[in-house]
Amino acid sequence: MAVYLDNNATTALDERVLEAMLPYMGQVTGNPSSVHRFGRLQKDAIEQARESVAQLVGSRAEQVIFTSGGTESNNLLINGFFQKNRDNRIAVSAIEHMSLLEPAQNLGRMVDIIQADENGHINRSALQQVVDERTSLVSVMTANNETGVIQDLSPLVDLAAENNCFFHTDATQAAGKISLDFVGSGIHAMTISAHKLYGPVGVGALIIDKRLPIRKLQFGGSQEKNLRAGTENVPAIVGFGKAAELATAEMQTNARHVHVLRDALEEGLSEFAGVSIFADLVERLPNTVQFGVNGFDGETLLMQLDRKAIAVSSGSACTSGKTEPSHVLKAMKVPDALANSAIRVSFGKNNTMSDVDALLAALHDIIEMNQQSAVMMAATV
Amino acid sequence: MTEQTTKPIYLDYSATTPIDERVVTEMLKYMGPESSFGNPASRSHSFGWTAEAAVETARKHIADLVGANPKEIIFTSGATESNNLAIKGVAHFNKKRGKHIVTCKTEHKAVLDSCRQLEREGYEVTYLDPMENGLVDLKVLEDALRDDTILVSIMHVNNEIGVIQDIDAIGKICRARKIVFHVDAAQSPGKVEINLEELPVDLMSFSAHKIYGPKGIGALYVQRKPRVRLEAQMHGGGHERGMRSGTLATHQIVGMGEAFRIAKEEMAAENERLLKLRNKLYDGVKDMEEVYINGDIDHRIAGNINISFNYVEGESLLMALNKLAISSGSACTSASLEPSYVLRALGRNDELAHSSIRFTMGRYTTEEEIDRTIEYVRKAVEKLRELSPLWDMYKDGIDLDSIEWAAH
Repeated sequence: MAVYLDNNATTALDERVLEAMLPYMGQVTGNPSSVHRFGRLQKDAIEQARESVAQLVGSRAEQVIFTSGGTESNNLLINGFFQKNRDNRIAVSAIEHMSLLEPAQNLGRMVDIIQADENGHINRSALQQVVDERTSLVSVMTANNETGVIQDLSPLVDLAAENNCFFHTDATQAAGKISLDFVGSGIHAMTISAHKLYGPVGVGALIIDKRLPIRKLQFGGSQEKNLRAGTENVPAIVGFGKAAELATAEMQTNARHVHVLRDALEEGLSEFAGVSIFADLVERLPNTVQFGVNGFDGETLLMQLDRKAIAVSSGSACTSGKTEPSHVLKAMKVPDALANSAIRVSFGKNNTMSDVDALLAALHDIIEMNQQSAVMMAATV
Repeated sequence: MTEQTTKPIYLDYSATTPIDERVVTEMLKYMGPESSFGNPASRSHSFGWTAEAAVETARKHIADLVGANPKEIIFTSGATESNNLAIKGVAHFNKKRGKHIVTCKTEHKAVLDSCRQLEREGYEVTYLDPMENGLVDLKVLEDALRDDTILVSIMHVNNEIGVIQDIDAIGKICRARKIVFHVDAAQSPGKVEINLEELPVDLMSFSAHKIYGPKGIGALYVQRKPRVRLEAQMHGGGHERGMRSGTLATHQIVGMGEAFRIAKEEMAAENERLLKLRNKLYDGVKDMEEVYINGDIDHRIAGNINISFNYVEGESLLMALNKLAISSGSACTSASLEPSYVLRALGRNDELAHSSIRFTMGRYTTEEEIDRTIEYVRKAVEKLRELSPLWDMYKDGIDLDSIEWAAH
């Protein structure tokens, strides 16, 4: 089997999570809204999962609203907030995931973009530049999906509070990798997703403080505190709960494991000429490294790696296949040519040191061969 | 106690169905570390391509059951999202052309609440009264259409009373006036033949968990020729031809595909079997006094029967029938004690609406279960009527409508 190094795109479902889900895909049937016993058992399972998810992010259970995933959570937050606060401005960072950036951009004039610095950080001064008395919501992600850069949110949360703004953070990539404290951080809303932490695809949550006014986007039932209509995806929610429980228990072990792998990879990369690691001076998620290889086209590199049975990506899977350079690297003022050569490696708990070796060997071959042919080309001219 | 005596008989297949084991088997191929677990949007490696191929196979299975082109199938998180996307998406896209929408009072909440939201946004919605049998009167529909009507949304099969609307005729009326026609078909695939190649339908909502597939996945059929335009409701990545962003849940999509594939294979025989069971159930209770069927009995799916037991209070009946998993109507409104708005729309009075029970049968319902159901129902109704002063008055020949109740 190929080496999978794209865990920020999606992770493999943990077998223990699958085990927890299976009863709800088999014998235990029922619609959680039904009042009979079948329905009640489903409802109980949802509430138990809610507790586990709350524990992972340091929120109260009643603050957890289950959705179909991170994309829906971000859309619900941005559009749902706008519907309730049409005259107020929203400030979002330039490096957000498209599922936040796109709905925000669709609001047009009502949105201000907070610039990132060259390390991918959103500084207090950058937020200061856009926030004023008309701003009512600030959204800055906890950790970036491409570079892995972790934001220091607390000065931003403070500044938002000074301006009477609510604060949302997209913690899709952070949850399960670094510890989160929703209640203690003063944040009013947080997006998370199950399939980035060894849970199933198709379920996520918006953690929300009830002081933050939003209107639901999907109508047709009063499920999820009347914020999200539709029959609950019970097996997936149960899986999310189990994945959250495991992530809470095993976060440190997993973080240490992937950190070792990443350090080894970065050490190996330092020996290649022309490789530059993005945001290597700042704190990043322990599993993520994004780098450029000078003179290479990223897409070609990816294909060549795939031929060698190594699965990585250039950045976000959601924008994969597009030829434009990543908006995240652009915001960090990385030159287009280098940004176009970007490779993102995201480790997961199932990876081993031999995966690092395989990647380094493959990169060595590809880069070496290319440089040889460049030399030959030069010789023939 | 044995399993059989403790576990209630499940007769709530319109609320949700168990997942078919064959569906689970297919889903498991895309779940877990040894599986093809990639993100279908990952274009740079085989994990992504394998997942994408699985999604496309599923799309084809779904299209095959309903006579559509796979390219016309957009995956969503369920029928609620499909209905929201269709109704709000069309309304928002066409707001310059007109702001009038026509639907029916017996639609699912996902349709009605989407329409209510549009009303708050300044649209105008006409909610048609159905005929007494639950079907839309085509003449009434035609009269409701205006020059600024942009959308008609009528469900295929009603979730409470199981009646099948004549979507072919309704669609023709809409086509003649170039009005977009959306059909909520959450309850119909596998139960009624659907051939979208011929049906004049522009948009159709589907659900997986009503057809032995998993929860959390649905689809919207969006006709390509002529192309139906709608505004996406969820943004960020442009998945599903820009109409619905968000990572595709491969295992759920695969499950939905397999469920639709199985339905295509088995629907003819299964519907015949269910019809026998339903007739048996009805025959078993119809000789009791004051028993009424809600909704047209001929234009109806095989697995549904909705019966009012007059002079019996619905909630008490549900409690007395705790060996049956049944409902008084839609699961989505079952927590409320209001009488079913669907039955009210049919012109049923509060008493009859309150005393209704929906029995919905499916793939795992057995004849033996129906025998026991008949026995339980007869006993419960007789016992509750014995305790009912209204029943006594009825038996004494007192016209209950003539009584003026004291205010309290």
